[in-house]
Amino acid sequence: MAAGYNTVSLGTGRSEFNPKKTRPGLEHYIKEAGTATLNMIGGPDNVDEGVIGNFMAPRFNKQGNMPGFIPYIHDGLEFKPSSSVEGACGSGALALMGGIKSVLAETADVVLVVGVEVQNTMKAIYGADVLAGAGWFEKRKNGHAYFFPGQFSDRAGAYYDKYGFDRTRKGLARWFRNAMENARLCPTAQEYENKVPDPETLYLSRKPDGRFFVDNLTVFDCSKVSDGASALIVASEEGLKKCGIDPKDAVEIVSFAQVERNITKDPPDLTELTTIKKAVHRAMESAGITVDQLGTIETHDCFSIAGILAMEALGLAKPGEGADFVAAGHTARDGRIPVNTTGGLIGWGHPTGATGVHQAVTIWEQLTGKAGAAQINLHPDKPYGMTINMGGDDVTVVSIIYKPGK
Amino acid sequence: MNYEERLQNVTVLGAAGKMGSGILLLTALEMADLMLKPENKKKTFVLNAMDISNEGLAGVMKYLRDQVLKVAEKKMVPLRRIYADRADLIENSDIVTEYVNDVLSVVHPTTRLEAAYESNLVFEAVSENKDLKIKLFRQIDENNPHKPWFFTNTSSVPINILDEGARLEGRVLGFHFYNPPAVQKLVEIIVTGNTQKEAHEFALEFAKKLQKVVVPSNDVAGFIGNGHFMRDALHGIHEVERLSQDMPYIMAVYLVNRITQDLLVRPMGIFQLIDYVGIDVVRFIMQVMNPHMPEEELHSPLLDMYFEQGVKGGQNPDGSQKDGFFKYEKGKITAIYGPYVKKYIPVDEILESAEERLGDLPASLLSWKAAIRIKDRDAALRNFFNDLKNLKSLGADIAVQYGKRSKDIGEKLVADKVAAHADDVNTVLLTGFFHAYGPINNYFD
Repeated sequence: MAAGYNTVSLGTGRSEFNPKKTRPGLEHYIKEAGTATLNMIGGPDNVDEGVIGNFMAPRFNKQGNMPGFIPYIHDGLEFKPSSSVEGACGSGALALMGGIKSVLAETADVVLVVGVEVQNTMKAIYGADVLAGAGWFEKRKNGHAYFFPGQFSDRAGAYYDKYGFDRTRKGLARWFRNAMENARLCPTAQEYENKVPDPETLYLSRKPDGRFFVDNLTVFDCSKVSDGASALIVASEEGLKKCGIDPKDAVEIVSFAQVERNITKDPPDLTELTTIKKAVHRAMESAGITVDQLGTIETHDCFSIAGILAMEALGLAKPGEGADFVAAGHTARDGRIPVNTTGGLIGWGHPTGATGVHQAVTIWEQLTGKAGAAQINLHPDKPYGMTINMGGDDVTVVSIIYKPGK
Repeated sequence: MNYEERLQNVTVLGAAGKMGSGILLLTALEMADLMLKPENKKKTFVLNAMDISNEGLAGVMKYLRDQVLKVAEKKMVPLRRIYADRADLIENSDIVTEYVNDVLSVVHPTTRLEAAYESNLVFEAVSENKDLKIKLFRQIDENNPHKPWFFTNTSSVPINILDEGARLEGRVLGFHFYNPPAVQKLVEIIVTGNTQKEAHEFALEFAKKLQKVVVPSNDVAGFIGNGHFMRDALHGIHEVERLSQDMPYIMAVYLVNRITQDLLVRPMGIFQLIDYVGIDVVRFIMQVMNPHMPEEELHSPLLDMYFEQGVKGGQNPDGSQKDGFFKYEKGKITAIYGPYVKKYIPVDEILESAEERLGDLPASLLSWKAAIRIKDRDAALRNFFNDLKNLKSLGADIAVQYGKRSKDIGEKLVADKVAAHADDVNTVLLTGFFHAYGPINNYFD
């Protein structure tokens, strides 16, 4: 995997975001990201296939038939095979899987993968309806006005009941602080311009209030509403050579796990991300590594509680100790296992269909030394990176493990 | 008749006006809340939006739809509960659409006064003309078998005059909203010795449902709000007349406005406020109040002059400020009206010398915007006004005098039993006029 690129994650938080003015549409972001990647690989001729990951363009943008935008990136991509794939906020990683499978099946040497979402086309109260489509529609009626915050508020509530409210909030506060500190190091991050001197105190000063939002979470627990796209190529070794890419500028995909839960069923245990747990363990088993060999992780913190539960799913902390683990600073950029080093979904942003690809681009940057101010140092005995991308409430999950190309 | 029954048939007179439209919106929302209760499913709720202007009615219905939409979007959590039994209303957008339709279905726009003949409750927000109000009330009451209550939004006409003139036997009280009714929390409630107890109790309950801050005023022309405002405005006008013996008139207007805003820490200067309310409205209110004030002259020949020259202030339909004492561009003062030359003179022409005459300003200068953000602002204000008192400048002297006069006006309202006590006067200025502090204080002693 190589030639990664992220557009800016645009939305509230960025100074250039003005809800009253027209903003770039889907095609703008697809073209920007796609073009940037093409420029890194010697042009469109080297691309065999294109895959787009996107969640809800038909509702946010009244747009379907997304494969048609691959040729829009560059005339040179016209008449090449293209497809699009959807799995809610897991669409990005499903698009990566599309590329991976095509290369493994030897039907392509180089697949251009683009993830995109343009969500700021409607007020949040209506956006909430659209995002609720990541869950089973039959459940929408009894769900909160803000459906997905409501789902994860329920998880947070179950976790507070089991393990303690204050203890958990401390962990969540640290998660939020880490997200802000990391975002400030990444120019494309939605919270790049965040100037709050003490994010942890800010986080704890706001108490969850069910009269105005959900019962157990505040706005600081939630990922951003974002417009953005990310792109990269998935390639075989021949494909890399064709593109003139040195292996040290690429990462190797060591293993992957794609796991699906029944969307119509409630999670078996609100205090566990069972599908993520299965996915990460399968990926690690397939790679032949343990969690202690991971140098950095990009995980799906659509809500802060999901971040903490992912730490438990990975086995980095025992059930109930995830909050303590994070509160102790172990997942901070200078901690034992840096997580979401450019801000994650809460700090960098969450253009839903793009996130899975954005996570991969970030791991590629960290493992090849291209992360700029956000660069972390990898220990030689922890060379692996991992992405965890989730669609819906632990329904669609892809976890991928990478290591430096050379 | 209980609270809900009373609200099953209501009329707003003057529904298309500035105040009437806000009253209409608030009443429609309250009636819809009642209508949406499961036990009221089979009941009909009627809100007549009555106005003489068809064009105005079209405008107010559109205004209503836009405002109710905004309310719905903010109210989504309780609305989902209200519509929980509607399996067909699933998404937030479904519920917003249904709610807007439900609220608007209660409102019947009409130019016919006769619609009020069926009502239990009539809100009146027509012009400040006592004869017109009496005529309307009498006509409705003579044709309405329900012995309706009349809640008037008058800001100046004594209630007893309306009660006697229309022979309402205590079925009228003052329910005075502030501008704009949908936003301003204050309501002055005025009852007479004759007012029916149930009407008063209902008024208090209604105001509570609307989440308003109620201040009772006794039945004296102008009540508390205008009781203070008219006299405060006259003081400003007299100060200008005094100062213009010694400086150009337009400079005096500019300075008194600047001082009342920046040195008295108010949201706007006194002349900008007069422009906001409308020179014609202020003059009119004084005309209504004056006959009831034998010991003072609530009248300004200066305001007459402006009025006769057609300089009236007030607002354009889009809410922007019309020219009055000042000409405004994007909310900023750009020119000052010279009534003797009958034209606007750019502020730049006198700005520099005016600021010089103003003199030094206190180092602890506190803007109104900053002051209202401080929860416990007594210390900050006290500190600033102390500095002001110690400063020997023209601006500081005028400001301190103005503050003292404002306090006198407030205290007289209590002494004359218009207001029950000083807190009520202060609450009116704080919540109705957006002041940072009440006029009855000891900052200027």
